[in-house]
Amino acid sequence: MSLIEVKNCFKVYNNGVTAVADLNLSIQKGEFVFVIGASGSGKSTLIKMLYREERPTKGSVIVGGINVAKLRNSKVYKLRRKLGIVFQDFKLLPKLTVYENVAFALEAIGMKSEEIRPKVLKSLESVGLKDKIRSFPNQLSGGEQQRVCIARAIVNNPKLLICDEPTGNLDPKISKEIVNILDKINKESGTTIIMATHDKEIVNRMKKRVILLENGILTSDYMKGSYKAHESN
Amino acid sequence: MKAIRIFGRGIRDSFKSVFRNFSLSTAAIACSSITLILVAIALILSYNVENITKDLERELTIVVYLKKDATEDQQKELENILDNMENVDSYTFKSKDEWKLEMKNSSETLNTTLEYLEENPLLDSFIVQVKDVNFLKETSKKILENEYVSSADYGEGMAENLIASFEVIEKITVIIVIALILVTAFLISNTIKLTIFSRRNEIEIMRLVGASNTTIKLPFIFEGFILGCLGSLIPIILTIYGYVLIYDHFNGYVFSQLIQLVEPFNFILYVACILVAIGAVIGMFGSYRAVRKYLKI
Repeated sequence: MSLIEVKNCFKVYNNGVTAVADLNLSIQKGEFVFVIGASGSGKSTLIKMLYREERPTKGSVIVGGINVAKLRNSKVYKLRRKLGIVFQDFKLLPKLTVYENVAFALEAIGMKSEEIRPKVLKSLESVGLKDKIRSFPNQLSGGEQQRVCIARAIVNNPKLLICDEPTGNLDPKISKEIVNILDKINKESGTTIIMATHDKEIVNRMKKRVILLENGILTSDYMKGSYKAHESN
Repeated sequence: MKAIRIFGRGIRDSFKSVFRNFSLSTAAIACSSITLILVAIALILSYNVENITKDLERELTIVVYLKKDATEDQQKELENILDNMENVDSYTFKSKDEWKLEMKNSSETLNTTLEYLEENPLLDSFIVQVKDVNFLKETSKKILENEYVSSADYGEGMAENLIASFEVIEKITVIIVIALILVTAFLISNTIKLTIFSRRNEIEIMRLVGASNTTIKLPFIFEGFILGCLGSLIPIILTIYGYVLIYDHFNGYVFSQLIQLVEPFNFILYVACILVAIGAVIGMFGSYRAVRKYLKI
């Protein structure tokens, strides 16, 4: 069974805007998928539905066996524990150190302190920030903050990593580094990665599966795709 | 095990955030302190008013005079009747000789006047205390129905006015206390809401990393509890010292012997307990309400 299964999914916001229309999508374990599209194309809505920030109006979105459409508000944490989320704006807690920010994710799910420490250190090491564990977020560069965010997202070994424009606020060189880290995570631990992005260069270079959304409709889905391939259509 | 861990971390985090968000905590504590001081004053006032009216009500009695020719049997019969009357709390017999003695002692003129009279012109009487002063009139009427009773006097008019004003005063103080508690609840819970509003990012991130709603709520509810308790600290100290000071200053009486203040202990300790309870409960409730708002998505 696939990790993500979206069937006949519609999302209509309260103001009447249809963000996603009749979407069908299936993503297997271990895949690295780019979701591309112009602003307002519905890619953010799709990403948000995957972690139940939004609920589909119609149809089903099944992530790791959990039907997001039917997930009650009080049970959302069961889904969130299975996945890691990387944000464009990092969403780090400014009053906690790098170490505390990553440990926060494990403390929140009630893990033992002695189990937390090695996991946090391992996770920070894999993003190359082991020497900055005592720094506060505002002492770090944008790229470093994004790496903390990734470390926090992968610290619990999730099956799925959802990235909502993780390079949106970063310059090309740093963006490349971030994507390389994500690629490494995908290859080394087999974590499925879904990444919404605007960054043509990255998409073209990586040669991964690319899903294009236009006005809420899935218009193309290529393996080893690129922006060029879509544009030529 | 996991539940205990989450509980422990909740307490730890709540203490941490009280200190880390020091200025907001101070604002919440100051706000609850001020309103709780008002509540304390209202509580003390209303309890004293109630106490004073109870004291005054106890002074309201029916004086029942027997007819001059009433026999001893009839006196016994009246005792029986009084025993069986519902609203009669207690009564004492006061013979005409006792009255005479009291009158002689009370003034020189009366003393000499009474000396000249061979026969005691006064009447035997019962002084009746009632259970409910609201039925003073009815009770006295009932007593008067007996043929050998000459009069049943309860200070008609004056007593009724007094009772009516007691009722008004009691109602007003109760309303004031309730209104103040509501205002306090509103103010404290809003201030705590503000402190939590400034941390909605934290709540959002906790939710995103997979904390259950209970885990998120717990530290905030504890924080509300801590803020509420800290907020009641100053009002408690003030009421204890303040009330004892006032009590000692007036020697326990205001204006006259008739108006007696409630003794400070243990009364003031009850007030302290009520203040802590109000602070803690409202603090917890306020933060619960505020967090719940950010958990609804």
